[in-house]
Amino acid sequence: MVYFISDNIISSLGFSTTENFSSLLNGEIGIKSISNSDYYPEDFPASMIDEQRLEAEFEMLTKKYSNTKTFTKLEKMLILSVEKAVQESGVEMHSKKTAIILSTTKGNINLLESQTSKLYEQERVLLWRLGEIIGEFFGNPNEVVVLSNACISGVLAINTAAGLIKARQFENVVVVGGDLLSRFVVSGFMSFLSLSPVACKPFDKSRDGLSLGEAAGTIVLSKFPSKKKNEIIYRGGASANDANHISGPSRTGEGSFIAIEKSMKEADIRPEQIDHISAHGTATPYNDEMESIAISRHGLENADVNSIKGALGHTLGAAGIIETAILLEEMRQNTMLKTIGFEESGVSRPINIIVENTHKELNVCLKMASGFGGSNAAMIISKV
Amino acid sequence: MKELFINKYCHIKNNKVFVDGELVFAESDADSLRAFAKSLYRHLKPSYNKFFKMDEISKLGFLAAEVLLGNVDLSEYQEDISVVLSNSHSTLITDKKHQATINDDNNFFPSPSVFVYTLPNIMIGEISIRYKLKGENAFFIVENFNANLIASHINNLFLTNKSKAFVGGWVNQSEDDFEAFLYFASKSGELVHNAMEVNRIFNVIA
Repeated sequence: MVYFISDNIISSLGFSTTENFSSLLNGEIGIKSISNSDYYPEDFPASMIDEQRLEAEFEMLTKKYSNTKTFTKLEKMLILSVEKAVQESGVEMHSKKTAIILSTTKGNINLLESQTSKLYEQERVLLWRLGEIIGEFFGNPNEVVVLSNACISGVLAINTAAGLIKARQFENVVVVGGDLLSRFVVSGFMSFLSLSPVACKPFDKSRDGLSLGEAAGTIVLSKFPSKKKNEIIYRGGASANDANHISGPSRTGEGSFIAIEKSMKEADIRPEQIDHISAHGTATPYNDEMESIAISRHGLENADVNSIKGALGHTLGAAGIIETAILLEEMRQNTMLKTIGFEESGVSRPINIIVENTHKELNVCLKMASGFGGSNAAMIISKV
Repeated sequence: MKELFINKYCHIKNNKVFVDGELVFAESDADSLRAFAKSLYRHLKPSYNKFFKMDEISKLGFLAAEVLLGNVDLSEYQEDISVVLSNSHSTLITDKKHQATINDDNNFFPSPSVFVYTLPNIMIGEISIRYKLKGENAFFIVENFNANLIASHINNLFLTNKSKAFVGGWVNQSEDDFEAFLYFASKSGELVHNAMEVNRIFNVIA
């Protein structure tokens, strides 16, 4: 079996999973208007982490490790997130039996900017180097596996990690993901006209695009149980391509449907057993509609669905990981979070979007993700 | 025990194209990936208009897939074919093109048609659209080609019944070079699919 033994989220709403979870429970929104021409010539809404707190916490960490190297902001976020999750789990990072998987879409992409590029060696912008830096920091002997598969990277990384443990290649896998808010990404999504002028509204009738966010997150998977109450295990997962369009989802939810189908098959779970779905829920008109179709095609209309992107934005390579960490916390506390930003359904299928924080016994849950390149992923987790 | 076999492989390297290690095309005059891709496209004649919208590295991946799969009958796999690729530079060359459009507030012209290609798995999307491949996807970034990573990921997917057939490999574009290596693997064949064999065929072309 593959157990979820610890996790962490570093975001605008806090530096731990529980801190993020209680902020979300209180309905807090981390997305704020940003006025900073380093990111974009005009104001735009986004979710950013508290940089002072990051600096302060990271400085304590480097003292502990006596590490004097200079790190980029993203490296600090990722290393701090791993440290917090690993501390909680007690996983031996120096062991050959512990692997690290990094999920990121753009890594240190801000090093392409002229003012930051001079501070670091050129190869620092390469994603394998970012993985290597994390591995070196913790003295991990294995080559860090770096996955960069657009917005499904995080869920794909967890699926890959579970595969490595099931195939007995490793005993523990630390899955860490993160992306920065950067001029590169903000201007790109702006050019696509896919950013909402306000904090995004997943599945809502008036949704008009996504909000970007920056975050790092870590999930530690192990062949050994955590010995916590409400032990949660990985049951199955898959990815699938729409084979339809590179920048828009399939109208029929084809890839998402296949990914969920294969996940249920591996998990040996029937649709009626699924209590709760953590959707990708970006709040773009096409994504949320597509997800409602995929959910409905599987007869999952009775499962309760939410998205936390209305509070934390789309955090790209971190998204699948921090959303899974929140889903784990929902299961531990048997409490489903409301979909912040949602008021009235704006999708064509009658799916159950959660409008109030709800207490419910959660045994089997589904995580969904979709992204550019026609990529889709799904994962099923359950209590033991 | 279920086993997977390598059926076919191809390389694009030093302005040459090889199938199963045999030279099939060369364009020694090409001084860039752009020029080489244009010439190979003319040679293969796929008549595929979407090709002209792609960035350079997607063109490279697309053409390598065309060489690998162009005359293979994929119907028995019913679209259940996975694509697992890797490289060392992600989409750095296209990233720099996008960055050049946003450096200056007074000369700010980001384009969605460039930005969309700043993700390495877009190439997987392009190949999947062309051949109707709806299986698993993964794009790994590694310093050097890692046969063990690709072969074991594909074998794990196969052994857990995630897909019937697989395209694996490496497609990279750096400032001064480009290179592609793709292979096709399915449940029958002669050459067993494992890290050692994948590493051997990767190195067939020096």
